Amino acid sequence: MSITAVENELVSQRVVSEEIEKIHADAQAGETQPRLDFPPYRSAILRHPVKDLRHADPEGAELFAPAFGRSDVDAGESDLTTGAAGEPIGERIAVHGRVLDGDGRPVRRQLVEIWQANAAGRYAHQRDQHPAPLDPSFTGTGRCLTDDTGRYSFTTIKPGPYPWHNHRNAWRPAHIHFSLFGTDFTQRMITQMYFPGDPLFALDPIYQSITDERARALLVAAYDHEHSQHDFLLGYRWDIVLTGGQATLMERPEDHHA
Amino acid sequence: MPELAATPGQTIGPFFHYALPYPGDRELVPPGSAGSMRLHGHVYDGDGHAVADALLEIRQADPSGIVPATAGSLRRDGASFTGWGRTITDPAGHYWFSSVEPGPARLGGAPFFAVVVFARGLLNRLFTRIYLPAGHAVLDADPLLSSLDAGERGRMVAVREADGSLRFDIHLQGTLETPFLTFPGQT
Repeated sequence: MSITAVENELVSQRVVSEEIEKIHADAQAGETQPRLDFPPYRSAILRHPVKDLRHADPEGAELFAPAFGRSDVDAGESDLTTGAAGEPIGERIAVHGRVLDGDGRPVRRQLVEIWQANAAGRYAHQRDQHPAPLDPSFTGTGRCLTDDTGRYSFTTIKPGPYPWHNHRNAWRPAHIHFSLFGTDFTQRMITQMYFPGDPLFALDPIYQSITDERARALLVAAYDHEHSQHDFLLGYRWDIVLTGGQATLMERPEDHHA
Repeated sequence: MPELAATPGQTIGPFFHYALPYPGDRELVPPGSAGSMRLHGHVYDGDGHAVADALLEIRQADPSGIVPATAGSLRRDGASFTGWGRTITDPAGHYWFSSVEPGPARLGGAPFFAVVVFARGLLNRLFTRIYLPAGHAVLDADPLLSSLDAGERGRMVAVREADGSLRFDIHLQGTLETPFLTFPGQT
């Protein structure tokens, strides 16, 4: 099948936007995690469980996240702008914040991993076919450990938006992928951080898979002028709150099978 | 209620392969070392097609049932057991780990690997367990397994292969759909 034929099979943004609108109109408030069954994101159609998730009481290995230490991560891995021969192209930024549990306690000494497109919206990934330039000075991967107050910080380049083939003329809002661990393995999560004011939010079926507007907004970083550096970079702040955890479990034993 | 609203998850997307895998990620113990075993299987979608862009992680106890709090998973030294590993699926949807069989977390408990699944097209992570094949009495007494019907229960227990390895396929959807879990405090 030719590329043109495949392109012609893609539905328009209007069709996808109408699907999203209908789902949101029927959704209850307070549904704060993404729907797994969200057909506007076409790749989800065959990849979501149809049966309800089974309630389980965590035990054994589920109660303990893996531990990471200085042997695992170099200090330099939190700066995505150094290490190559030259300076990466783009808008230099610092993204910082805290990793907290649901009761506001810091998640200490825990691994945070990120990956992202370059300033032109291209990933350094062999399957990314977007005809935008690769940047030889930017791979777009970073790691750090949170400190004793749960803080993390990365220095990087603001990623660009990029097209994808979910539908015709589909574009992802600029984002940074975050991989996070808590104190319990059951808090393990991967998500995406977005930038404030992106006009693509309303059009994006991945962002809109979270039907609760306030919950969606939790994925958007805030511009943080206090964290911007004179003559050097712009600051963004984004705090991450993990679900559940041991403390919640012990305080609410009656809720185990709720 | 927890005071803070949890940050929503999002899909891992298609472009994680240059970021999250690392040398030795799936080797909780060196392959072929004394006491090592192989845990492997395929990940399938609702049409039974291979999911070639999934990422799996396991968390487990050591053979005595102790869950290690040992650092060093990202740069394994070949001797320390950290009880955590990560792997991607290959183009055929296949995955494997080299590890040891976990012991039970409590006396008489049914031993299992805790599993988290990420994939392109999967909007949030999924948790499940891979139970070791054990005697009926042990599996019957497990609170989770005993709450499932026979078919579902069978889909949470690994199969012992002739070569001693453990095989466990994950079906994201369909008649063979793997039972996936939610824990207290998760919405």
